[in-house]
Amino acid sequence: MKLIHSVAVALVVVAFAGCSSTGGNKGDDVAVEDRSGAGGDGSAVATGVGSGYGDLSVESLNDPNSPLSQRVIYFEYDSSEVASQDRPLVEAHAAFLAANPEIKVAVEGHADERGAREYNIGLGEQRSQSVRRMMEFQGVSPTQISTVSFGEEKPAVEGHDESAWSMNRRVELVYVGY
Amino acid sequence: MNMRYIYKSLLGVLLYLPLLAHAALTIEITQGVDGAVPIAVVPFGIEGSGSAPPQDVAAIVAADLARSGRFAPVPEQNLIARPVEMDQVRFPDWRTLGVENLIIGKVEPAGAGQYRVQFRLFDVFRGRQITGYSLPASADKLRYVAHRISDIIYEALTGQPGAFATKIAYVISEKRNGKTVYKLELADSDGYNPKTLLSSGQPLMSPGWSPDARKLAYVSFEKRRAGVFVQDVATGKREELAAFAGINGAPAWSPDGRSMAVTLSRDGNPEIYSMRLSDKKLKRLTSSAAIDTEPVWTPDGRSIVFTSDRGGSPQLYRMPAQGGRAQRVTFEGSYNASADFSPDGKTLAMVHGEGGRYQIATLDLDSGLLRVLSDGQLDESPSFAPNGSMIIYATEAGHRGVLAAVSSDGRFRQRFSLQQGNVREPVWSPFEKRK
Repeated sequence: MKLIHSVAVALVVVAFAGCSSTGGNKGDDVAVEDRSGAGGDGSAVATGVGSGYGDLSVESLNDPNSPLSQRVIYFEYDSSEVASQDRPLVEAHAAFLAANPEIKVAVEGHADERGAREYNIGLGEQRSQSVRRMMEFQGVSPTQISTVSFGEEKPAVEGHDESAWSMNRRVELVYVGY
Repeated sequence: MNMRYIYKSLLGVLLYLPLLAHAALTIEITQGVDGAVPIAVVPFGIEGSGSAPPQDVAAIVAADLARSGRFAPVPEQNLIARPVEMDQVRFPDWRTLGVENLIIGKVEPAGAGQYRVQFRLFDVFRGRQITGYSLPASADKLRYVAHRISDIIYEALTGQPGAFATKIAYVISEKRNGKTVYKLELADSDGYNPKTLLSSGQPLMSPGWSPDARKLAYVSFEKRRAGVFVQDVATGKREELAAFAGINGAPAWSPDGRSMAVTLSRDGNPEIYSMRLSDKKLKRLTSSAAIDTEPVWTPDGRSIVFTSDRGGSPQLYRMPAQGGRAQRVTFEGSYNASADFSPDGKTLAMVHGEGGRYQIATLDLDSGLLRVLSDGQLDESPSFAPNGSMIIYATEAGHRGVLAAVSSDGRFRQRFSLQQGNVREPVWSPFEKRK
């Protein structure tokens, strides 16, 4: 089931990223060209799946039923790898951004409180860079994405155990002005 | 607010010194030392007429000596005599009390708001004076002069310079009306005279001293991105030194004060750079796909030790100050980060993680011996006193961030806490350059 879902989202991404490459004005975006080439025969299939998935208009950002309402990606301890179950979420946001090149996102990386503070800034930065790279690979323009790492300085949950730490090892997507 | 300064040793001594101050750190000695040397500090005589001095100089000296872990001042009520002048001292009495050293002194008014503080340190068994000074002080400098007296006494008795007349900088965060306020603070080494250097609604972190103890570098997120700032402690004047895309962090002054090592991610990954302060020219020192950060200079300025996870977990590495091949320094433990050098360059303090606990450890660089010194779960940010005697660090008590200090031999511990809020990232100042 999860696999099917992932495939569906991936196809949606391809479809909407495809929109971006034709509708967008960033003709020099290497990532867009790479991906639209790779998704050659996928985009036709994806149209139907995409309509069932909901629209990716600007309004959908504030729709609680849209996958875009989910703005937090969680990480394992001392890891900056986006977990496979979270990839569809990042991909949905990437598709949205690629379809709406005027919209900008701040990718904010965070770490749990354990260990050294500046190392945790580094860890938060690598988490935000992982998400940024995934998004750029899906055709989001680098100019739409800014990254910042707050390390352990801004925990989402106060607490000194794994239940708090697991909520604090995260990347938050902040849509500027939305 | 009436704050209390608590000093409690294993000997069961308990002193309360009421003091008018705001948000001062309260110090509690949490692990005493059996071998602390008994010493008698007699309350200083108040000479002349006029207003009494605003500080109890002898009490400040006694508290300093107790905080060092090396001395055990006799409780005031157990003092058998109150000599002020040398000819009032009867050494046999003090021998009976079992103290090795005796300190007497007096404070004399010397014009409007001015005082002269005189003290003498005696060897009780030999029955003679070891040292003695007369020091001028304005009313607002009496605490400082008391710390200078403690420095002189400590050095006379241990052979090591005292670090009482120094400062600590640290970061406070507290919730106010649901919002977090971050403050960069500066206090005397005993937690007194706290001053706020900067207050912000966004995180402040990583304070670091200039070698002349006049400036602090730090990281501020006041623009919702990281920036490295340098602020003059006396004037408050500040400058943003690094404002590149991504990380601007971990500032560390070179020992000659001419360069600042920083962590930047402007080239896509956290790397260490050296910035020449005269023209802000940057030189990149590391190049790896891993996190490279938390640079500290060796006291001779020739090398930089830093944290990197290039080997899979965070460990300390050492490279030439101009960059180049890095060698791994730490091998014990799954996590070693946030290094600080002892002033003699022979020991590294660090955050050492093993079995889910993060504690302060020291590594003797000659022998390779690693020693865990702290006993918390989430200890961080170790910083050596400028005489190498103590390491101050951040820990937790009662779910709040507090500071603690441990002697470099691990035998003696104390805790600095605030009435409210979290305190963290302590950095002990270098010795100030005296004129």
